[in-house]
Amino acid sequence: MANLKPTRDGFGEALVELGKINKDVVVLSADLTASVRANWFKDKYPERFFNFGVAEQDMISTAAGFALSGKVPFACTFGIFASGRAWDQIRLSVCYMNLNVKISGTHGGISVGPDGASHQALEEITLMRVLPNMTVIVPCDSEEARLATLASASYPGPIYLRLGREPFPIITDYKDSYRIGKALRMADGSDITIIGTGVMVQEALKAHEELKKRGISARLLNLHTVKPIDKEEIIKAAIETGAIVTAEEHTVVGGMGSAVSEVLVENCPVPMRMVGIKDRFGESGDALELMKYFGLSAEGIVKAALEVLKLKK
Amino acid sequence: MNKPNVDQLKDLAKEIRKDVLTMLSEAGSGHTSGSLSCVEIVVALYYYKLRHDPKNIKWPERDRFILSKGHTCPTLYAVLARRGFFPCEALMTLRKRGSILQGHASLVTPGCEASTGSLGQGLSIADGMALSARLDFKDYRVYCLLGDGELDEGQVWEAAMTAAHYKVDNLCAIIDYNKQQIDGWTSDIKNLEPIKDKWLSFGWHTIEIDGHDFKQIMDALDRAEMIKGKPTMIIAHTVKGKGVSFVEKNAPGYHGTALKKDDLEKALKEIEGL
Repeated sequence: MANLKPTRDGFGEALVELGKINKDVVVLSADLTASVRANWFKDKYPERFFNFGVAEQDMISTAAGFALSGKVPFACTFGIFASGRAWDQIRLSVCYMNLNVKISGTHGGISVGPDGASHQALEEITLMRVLPNMTVIVPCDSEEARLATLASASYPGPIYLRLGREPFPIITDYKDSYRIGKALRMADGSDITIIGTGVMVQEALKAHEELKKRGISARLLNLHTVKPIDKEEIIKAAIETGAIVTAEEHTVVGGMGSAVSEVLVENCPVPMRMVGIKDRFGESGDALELMKYFGLSAEGIVKAALEVLKLKK
Repeated sequence: MNKPNVDQLKDLAKEIRKDVLTMLSEAGSGHTSGSLSCVEIVVALYYYKLRHDPKNIKWPERDRFILSKGHTCPTLYAVLARRGFFPCEALMTLRKRGSILQGHASLVTPGCEASTGSLGQGLSIADGMALSARLDFKDYRVYCLLGDGELDEGQVWEAAMTAAHYKVDNLCAIIDYNKQQIDGWTSDIKNLEPIKDKWLSFGWHTIEIDGHDFKQIMDALDRAEMIKGKPTMIIAHTVKGKGVSFVEKNAPGYHGTALKKDDLEKALKEIEGL
């Protein structure tokens, strides 16, 4: 059995590494310190850790003050509160000033499970990618999350890291090749391209295998950085495979699939399907059960792939 | 720079008021009455208190000033220009395309420390700067000017708790308490009183002054520096539209409006005669 780990763990481990190598890194939390895995940094570097209590707006603007003074603040809370509650603070205090503020939103997606709709963030990719200067990263496993966090500290400008609570196996092996903004081609193929982000890359990998059994050669792109989007790789996929399926644990309204479609319509329109949450709220339930129920599964991706292949010229 | 005396500061305040009204009138829009109420406070900060160097804007040891009520940026712009951060000619480009003087305070202006305009965010930004100074073992101080209507924003009170909790004593905030906001008197819209007790109960040291009296402002800024273990809030009682009688009489009406050319002439004459 593969070692299962949530992406938030990779984030928490990277913070500790950063604490050692970068004295300017400070960590800000809003009363969810252990849940967002900021406690490991706090234990090692208490003088550079600040708790704001349940006050996300204050945390984000204070992070801006730190950044204006040369610090590299990582502000951590649940995705729903980071991206929603503090959106105006992120817009004005962080993005308008183009500051070096890194925001980590854990508990993203339907896989938050039993906590239900109030805590299942399904809109962060949309809310964050509309902001100028913002970079949006959605890691698919804890190792990718660790690399993304380490890279974030030295990547200029605001970054939103979307992280999850549910453990998944490590499916990436980057060695030294992780680059923010560069999609990872995890499997080659010529009939269709599946573009996944976050934990849906896990399901996309299974869908790739299932399609192979049916004689369909699917390319698999891990679009860990939704913004800035890797246009080149997406256009290449459209030209070379002629059909696209996107898969995200997020609303399809303005999410990663929308971002891909924006690239396609202007450059190389091809038949496309989006797997994601269809303009609705979540509900309580077991994480994996919910993912299946909402069609966020390998089966859901395979079904979409078969549909879109019929449309292919 | 030799520090100017009170009479010189008064003369400067007159010039700043004239600049503010003229640049707003030239722009054809902007926030008149709230810019006039904070003139003495901003002048005292930049000509008496702040440790800064207009020739070395990013000097790491400088004191920081955050204008949280970002809509009253004309006052800040006029003071920055006269203080030498950029040429005074730029003032007449306020709110025009390509200008370094945006409609609300913005980092694009030399000497402006933070972009503001959506109310309630400045005190948090100031907290972050003040905490950074502590981490870096630097002794610079951070000043933040808030509007009274701005205190309706919940984030201000989040930031107030943060500053007290972390005993941020290199922070001094000031309320431009002109008692009015866009919709009218603060007491009618959402009563702020007892304002001093609120800040005291949030763990701040408070000083109450006449925000148009230079001696009182300077004295309060000096006293704030002596307070250790907690942040200081200076509650500055001011008059919205101060210096121009017809603006004072209809301050909410001039909250977001510039003077027409005829009114500008009248206003400039009145200020000259003060």
